[in-house]
Amino acid sequence: MDGNAAPRGSSLHRFANPGRFMRLSGAMLPWLAALAIAVSALGLVWGLAFAPRDWQQGDTVRIMYVHVPAAWMAMGGYLGLAVASFVSLVWRHPLADIAAAAIAPVGAVFTAICLITGSLWGKPMWGTWWVWDARLTSVLVLFFLYLGHIALTAAFDEPDRAARPAAILALIGAVNLPIIKFSVEWWNTLHQPASVTRLDAPAIHMDILWPLLVAAAGFLFAFASLVLLRMRTAILERRARALMLARAAAARLPEAMPA
Amino acid sequence: MTPMLALIRRDLALARRNAGDTLAAVAFFLLACGLFPFGVGPDPAVLARIAPGVVWVAALLAALLPLDRLLGADYEDGTLDQLLVSGLHPAAVAAAKAVAHWLATALPLLIAAPFGAVMLNLPLGAMPALLAALALGMGVLSLLGTAGAALTLGARRGGVLLPLLVLPLAIPALIFGAAAVEAAALGLPARPHLAMLAAMLAASLPLAPLAAGAGLRAAVE
Repeated sequence: MDGNAAPRGSSLHRFANPGRFMRLSGAMLPWLAALAIAVSALGLVWGLAFAPRDWQQGDTVRIMYVHVPAAWMAMGGYLGLAVASFVSLVWRHPLADIAAAAIAPVGAVFTAICLITGSLWGKPMWGTWWVWDARLTSVLVLFFLYLGHIALTAAFDEPDRAARPAAILALIGAVNLPIIKFSVEWWNTLHQPASVTRLDAPAIHMDILWPLLVAAAGFLFAFASLVLLRMRTAILERRARALMLARAAAARLPEAMPA
Repeated sequence: MTPMLALIRRDLALARRNAGDTLAAVAFFLLACGLFPFGVGPDPAVLARIAPGVVWVAALLAALLPLDRLLGADYEDGTLDQLLVSGLHPAAVAAAKAVAHWLATALPLLIAAPFGAVMLNLPLGAMPALLAALALGMGVLSLLGTAGAALTLGARRGGVLLPLLVLPLAIPALIFGAAAVEAAALGLPARPHLAMLAAMLAASLPLAPLAAGAGLRAAVE
C-alpha cells in the first residue's frame, strides 16, 4: 500500500500524498468506525429511550434525534464537497477529486434520511407528509444537487475527466447552502427556526440537547468513516485499473511489434 | 467585443438555417400547455388558477431542449477548440453562447407565451407581467443552461444529465417568475417579484459564464 515518498514542500501536499493517505487512513479507520458505532448507539439509545418526552409532542419528538443530526450532516457534507471541489480546482489535487466523489453519495443518503424522518414527523405534528415550505424545498433542492453531482461524476468514460466539471457544479450548487441555513429566518413558514445554533443559549432543555449532541457526534464519525472507506476503495480501484491496463499493454506489445 | 458579436451572429445564422430546432421548442411549449386542459379538465377557473405556473414550467422545459446542441455540435466538430484558441476568453465564449440561446430560443418562446397563456385562460391583464418575467427568467435559464451544457460536454447521456443539473438551480427563478404572473393576475403589483428576478439575472450574469468558461476549458483539455 505504502509507496512513493511524499514530495517535499508545502505541508498540504505532505498529507495529500496518496501513499501517506492510505497509511494514515488505514490506521485511523478502525478507530473511527468503532467510535461511530459506539457514539451513535449511545446518542440514539439515550435519545430514543431515556430522554424526556416533550410535553406537547410526546414521543414523536424522539424522531429529532435522527432528523436533526442527519440534517446537519447533509449540509456539512455539502460544505465538505464544496471545499474539496475548491481545493481540486485551485490546486488540481487528485485526492480532493477522490474526496469529492466519495462525499457526494454519503451526503445524499444523509439528506434522504433527513427528508424521510422529517416527513414521518410532519404527518402527526403538521398533519401532512410534505409542505412546500422554504426549508423543505431548499433541502429537497440540496438532495437533487447531490444527485446531479453523482450523475455527472458517473457520466464520463474516463473517471479523471469528470473531476473538473463535477467540482464546478458543486461550487455552483453551494449557493443553495446559505439559502437552506437562513430559510427559516428569511421566510416565516411552517418549519421552526433554529433552536440549537443561536448566539445566546440554545432554546431547548439540556436533557434534550445532550443526547442530540452525542447523536450528532456519532453521525459525524459515521460520515467520516464512510467517506474515508470510500476514498480508500476509490484509490485501490484506480491502482487496480492502472495495473490491469499496464498488464494488458505488456501482453499486447510483442504482437504489435513488427518482426 | 467584436469577436463576441461575431460569435453571436454566427450562432444566430446557424439557428436561422436550422429553424426546425427553434420551431420544435416552440411547438413543445404549446403542446405542453395544451396537455394541461386534458389533464386537469377544461374548467376555465381552474385553468386560470394554474396558468402562471404551467406556462412557466412549460417554457422552462422547452428552453432546455436546444441546450444539448448549444455547445455539443461545436464540441464534436472541433469548432470549440478553434474558439478557445482564438484569443477570446472562455467566459466570453460562454456568455456569447448564452446570449445566442436567449435570442434563438427564449425570444421565440416569449412570442409564443401569450398564445399558451390564452389557451389556459390567463387574464389578459397579466400578459405584460408574464412577458417581463419570462424575459428576465429565461435570461437566468440561458446562463445556467450554458453552464450546465459546458459541464456535460463529453459526458455519456449528456442530454439526459443536463435537466438534472440545471432544473434544481432554476427553481428560484421559477418561484419568483410564477409569483410575478400570479400577482398580476390578481391585480397586485408584480414589481417586487420582477425585481427579484432581475437580481438573479444580475448575479448570474457575471458568475455563470465564469463557471461555464471553466467547464469549456476542462472539456477541451
